[in-house]
Amino acid sequence: MRFSTLLQAAAFAVVASIAPAQAADISGAGATFPYPIYAKWAEAYKKETGNGLNYQAIGSGGGIKQITARTVTFGASDIPQTPAELEKIGNAVQWPMVMGGIVPVVNLDGVKANEMVLDGDTLAKIYLGEVKTWDDAAIKKLNPSLKLPSTAIIVIARSDGSGTTYNFTNYLSKVSATAKDKIGNAASVQWPVGLGAKGNDGVANNVKQTKGAIGYVETAYAKQNNLTSTKMVNKNGKTVEANAASVQAAAANADWAHAEGFNLLITDQPGDGAWPISASTFIIMAKEAKDPAASAEALKFFAWAYKNGDKLADELDYVAMPANVKDLVMKSWSSIKGADGKSVVN
Amino acid sequence: MADIMMTDRLAAERAPALKRFARGDAIFRWITRLAAYFVLLVLGGIIFTLVEGSIPTFQKFGLGFFVSDAWNPVKGEYGAFVAIYGTLVTSIIAMLIAVPVGVGVAIFLTELCPLNLRRPIGVAIELLAGIPSIIYGMWGFFVLRPILQDFEQNYLVPAFQDIPVLNTLFAGPASGYGMLTAGIILAIMILPFIAAVTRDVFMTVPPVLKEAAYGIGCTTKEVVTKVVLPFSRVGVLGGIMLALGRALGETMAVTFVVGNSHRFSASLLQPSTTISASIASEFGEAKDELLSTLFTLGLMLFVITFIVLAIARLMLMQMNKRAGS
Repeated sequence: MRFSTLLQAAAFAVVASIAPAQAADISGAGATFPYPIYAKWAEAYKKETGNGLNYQAIGSGGGIKQITARTVTFGASDIPQTPAELEKIGNAVQWPMVMGGIVPVVNLDGVKANEMVLDGDTLAKIYLGEVKTWDDAAIKKLNPSLKLPSTAIIVIARSDGSGTTYNFTNYLSKVSATAKDKIGNAASVQWPVGLGAKGNDGVANNVKQTKGAIGYVETAYAKQNNLTSTKMVNKNGKTVEANAASVQAAAANADWAHAEGFNLLITDQPGDGAWPISASTFIIMAKEAKDPAASAEALKFFAWAYKNGDKLADELDYVAMPANVKDLVMKSWSSIKGADGKSVVN
Repeated sequence: MADIMMTDRLAAERAPALKRFARGDAIFRWITRLAAYFVLLVLGGIIFTLVEGSIPTFQKFGLGFFVSDAWNPVKGEYGAFVAIYGTLVTSIIAMLIAVPVGVGVAIFLTELCPLNLRRPIGVAIELLAGIPSIIYGMWGFFVLRPILQDFEQNYLVPAFQDIPVLNTLFAGPASGYGMLTAGIILAIMILPFIAAVTRDVFMTVPPVLKEAAYGIGCTTKEVVTKVVLPFSRVGVLGGIMLALGRALGETMAVTFVVGNSHRFSASLLQPSTTISASIASEFGEAKDELLSTLFTLGLMLFVITFIVLAIARLMLMQMNKRAGS
């Protein structure tokens, strides 16, 4: 008798554990930067359709690893993959999902958010260790009205590999030949100066706790942690604040239509209002869907996010892709096919 | 005759029960045996994974890996020197602070402390030893580091700037992140550990020895330095080595305050890194050479801690032998 109840319970447990899987949760993994917005979108999407999204924010590198191994339906990365790299992942396709800004943040007594102005060259020199103190002539020249201390600049960068660092060093390489030569452009680099912290939140915390520090984080993290963001002088020589409008302005000139496989960075873009250190975050999926039903579900979610997600993105300081880019992206989805050679989107 | 038949019958009745017991014992023996073998299997698996993961590093960099201070993910060049140096220096700083204080605490507790205070202080030390390292890390990051940054900037660096050697060891600019801060946090972490082990070892000194010493007119200082310490020397050293093993492998508390930088600097105030901090902060996004490099660092930490702990065990075993005789 007791045994049979046990058996029933076990059978029930097995059925219960299978049941949610039939509801086809979409699985994805990758970049931490878009995690807050993906989570928000997933919550709203689940309310509307009943379908959930299981996104693991394990970092861009991890996302690429998992989609290469095909253990997830989609991978996410802040670093656009070149066509050759997409080939390495195994016949994959990528597209930009949402954009954001990377902003230098400082911790100086008496300096409030958006009071300090930096330009690309000075920022590069700080991260090269050439500008060592806050009252250096280069900083003074850009901030004649600020009272700057003579203390050392404590430079904080990311210690882990990160898409944020990739976009940040991409910008430094564009504006400074020395930075291009000495630092380079990668997800993880050898900084000539300063200390490292893990993750966007790690850098935010370190800057917040350390007097005289400078770091770089996604704008959302600067806002959430009440950090002192700086303004930047952009390519057109105009001084701009990091916000949704300036990131949008940076994206306006980006030529997505002619970028093969959407392999495009939007740092140091022209335009009077353009924020110079803007970045997109990407989704990567296999062209030959291992599980066509799951891939179709994932694409449904992305289409929904493109259509209904702009407001949520704006609330979290992300910037939605322009309408023409969304159209281009959705057209590219026809290349994702099942084993029968038919496109999974109908 | 009837008796014999009786025993036969009893034996026949007992046989199934005895068999059942034997079977139960055999099952029990095998379960425990498998549990023990499982540990060996896990250990072997870890060693195999570490060695297998390290092979690409050795093939690419050879033995130069251990002395190179390069850490350039762009060019794919890596060296372990800064991580090894940081690990050893932070542990040495920790031992320099924690050993005298920890042994002092133990001496006070066993020789000088009023009896009614002995228990509360002893329990407090054991509680301190049980605090998870992440708590020490948070405290170090939010409380100790800002204080040290102030102190280093305003007093330490200016005070030593004209004295040779010391001005290199304490060269600014001070950020509060670095080997000194990490060493101090480690010292606070392992201090209760050293104090607890040392106290237990001191307890093994036969009271008759101490009483005899006091009896011929020794001072407390003489009893401690001439009787207690010589008698328990090996055990104290063993306890210190155990603490050193913990300091070498400590990850979270160090990662918070060490600065995570692979740039070599002779100054204790500059950001550096340790083996475990590098692994913790870079493993998530690592691939190709970096991944293998981190595996190699892991293997080295494994070997270093293994040696230290083996020495500690040997010393404690010797101590126990002597206490037993």
